[in-house]
Amino acid sequence: MLADLVGLLQRLWGQLHMAASVSPFWQAVFDVSWGLVKFLLVVLFMILNTLVLVWLERKLSARIQSRLGPMRCGRPHGWLQLIADTFKLLGKEDIIPRAVDKALFIIAPVVVFTSSLLIYVVIPLGPGAIVSDLDVGMVYLAAAASFTVMGVLMAGWGSNSKWSLLGAMRGAAMLVSYEVPMVLAVIAVVMVSGTLSTDGIVRAQSGLWNIVVQPLGFLVFLAALFAELNRVPFDLAEAESELVAGYNVEYSGLRFAFFFLAEYANLLALSAVAVTLYFGGWQGPWLPPFVWFMLKTYAFVILVMWIRWTLPRVRVDQLLSFGWKVLLPAALVNLFATGIYVLWV
Amino acid sequence: MTETVEFRPLPADIGEHELLVNMGPSHPSTHGVLRVVLRVDGETVVDALPDLGFLHRCFEKLAESWTWPQVVPLTDRLDYVSAMTNELAYVIAVEKLAGIEVPERAQVIRVIMAELQRIASHLVWFGSFANDLGATTPFLYAIREREHILDLFEAAAGARLTYSYLRIGGVRNDLPPGFVEKCRDFLRLMPKRLKEYENLLLKNVIFVARTKGVGRLTREQAIAYGCSGPVLRASGVDFDLRRDEPYAAYGRFDIDVPVGTEGDVYDRTVCRFEEMRASLKIIAQALDALEPGETMAKVPRVLKPPAGDVYSRIESPRGEVGVYLVSTGGTGPYRVKWRAPSFVHLESLPLMCRGHYVADVVANIGSIDIILGEVDR
Repeated sequence: MLADLVGLLQRLWGQLHMAASVSPFWQAVFDVSWGLVKFLLVVLFMILNTLVLVWLERKLSARIQSRLGPMRCGRPHGWLQLIADTFKLLGKEDIIPRAVDKALFIIAPVVVFTSSLLIYVVIPLGPGAIVSDLDVGMVYLAAAASFTVMGVLMAGWGSNSKWSLLGAMRGAAMLVSYEVPMVLAVIAVVMVSGTLSTDGIVRAQSGLWNIVVQPLGFLVFLAALFAELNRVPFDLAEAESELVAGYNVEYSGLRFAFFFLAEYANLLALSAVAVTLYFGGWQGPWLPPFVWFMLKTYAFVILVMWIRWTLPRVRVDQLLSFGWKVLLPAALVNLFATGIYVLWV
Repeated sequence: MTETVEFRPLPADIGEHELLVNMGPSHPSTHGVLRVVLRVDGETVVDALPDLGFLHRCFEKLAESWTWPQVVPLTDRLDYVSAMTNELAYVIAVEKLAGIEVPERAQVIRVIMAELQRIASHLVWFGSFANDLGATTPFLYAIREREHILDLFEAAAGARLTYSYLRIGGVRNDLPPGFVEKCRDFLRLMPKRLKEYENLLLKNVIFVARTKGVGRLTREQAIAYGCSGPVLRASGVDFDLRRDEPYAAYGRFDIDVPVGTEGDVYDRTVCRFEEMRASLKIIAQALDALEPGETMAKVPRVLKPPAGDVYSRIESPRGEVGVYLVSTGGTGPYRVKWRAPSFVHLESLPLMCRGHYVADVVANIGSIDIILGEVDR
């Protein structure tokens, strides 16, 4: 019966292709709408995963802290908690303080959320399962990833609160110090793989994962990733115990939920990027590619969470000097070594 | 219609590049309702002015209209993280005034309770200080261990936070059966856990980078600003009332006093941490020294100490708690003056913060371990 259904779908698909190929116009319409469908599927994938991640973080942090975490709402182990959380945030009053810059204040959460969404476009979930395999995938990725800070700055400035402003300024200061080493680390991967396309990078790792060739580059990337994700030890823009909540202190309800979701969406996206760049993406024996991809990504997510619940936070000047005096030289050395490797080995 | 509320202190000479930031009274790291007015230039603190009084409850005035024993529960609510030592400070002062001789067993029990309380209080400090620095997990661990102590207190006093266990002339009741055994279990457990905390936080590179050289108080400054307790000792002054001016049964025990050298946040942290170990040692000695006997002296039902005044001080987890009592021979105090270490330490906060970063303000507040209930009284 399943085979019948698949056959039917395949026939339909073929007919659609045939119908579309009669004129360039219909071909374009077909391409665009198919792209949209794929994108919506990815959005759905992201939102579902984000909810799981919120739950996972709560349970994991509870385990680390010798607590139980959510247990009551939904048995076993409070799986309904995420739905309760969502409804709670939806039900909150939407407060826009009088003194804020209204336009910036309203747009900021959308910008943050969208920028994390953009990353998903070039992540290969499996062979061919990618929204758009851009030729300049890595360039696009670097651009999309740093876009989050725009939203943070908008929120911090637009909130017209001193704490948010401090948070946003920290975010901006951090951006310049970690973005450069991160991009340099990514360039080294691109040199090894010989392609800018994310799918190509995954395929280039069929024999050997990049982590083996690029251990130093991976460490640089990992450190920059924490700054990019705004997580402990580099969660300076939020810094609950210093800046109250940093850039999002004035937000409530649904707008806050957007920041919150974006944080987890970003976590998943960048973990997926790390897996794509260094851990062979969807490649792996026996299991289907998508399962491999998810396994690796979640392992990475758990690593990030684990570190978050273990370490204290660095100070802003320490992060900057770490970025410029440690990460950048390390990334340059790595780039140089990679150049030699690619040329002569 | 808009009403302007003038906050004090509001400096008139605020610079062009400076920003006046209100840290508190509702801020996650001010440990209650402290308000610190920060003058920042970017992230650098130009000046920090603590503003107090949000938790004022008229303790000293209230005590004047109550009888001598009735004030004991009030003292619980001053430094609510360390209620036992507060009671001890007050009770010892009244006993001095009235000339009451406390039975030896009660004195030893008081030492056990005060030292358990010191560990409990330092655990709360440890957890919240780690939290201030962005590490959330140690707080839960510290609270888990504190639970053992609170269980012990509950068994003895029936309460978990405000005990009213110490009475003028002794303690309310003898230790319940099983207390000593449970206490010994705790003594066995705790060193392992302290080791764990050390590995988790104190040896962490980020933690050391965040605390070394921050909020430095020199030996002279610490003395000039009237610091006491771990804050004073971290600056290199070897002074502990338990050893140098023994009260209760402290004179009988061997007391380790950890002393720092730099007087920075890191040294204060290490000092408190080592104090927990020292307290464990004292408790072990005190448990061995427990001998059967009375736990309450003969105290008249209506206590009327002779007219006069007395100043008595003890070493609380935060520093020197001083009690000044004036009696006119009545059933209650004529005047109670409480020297709260947190209050005195807050004075040195601007000194510690100037020239450092906003994040260091949080570390400094955490490192002097203020309790607002004691600051405002």
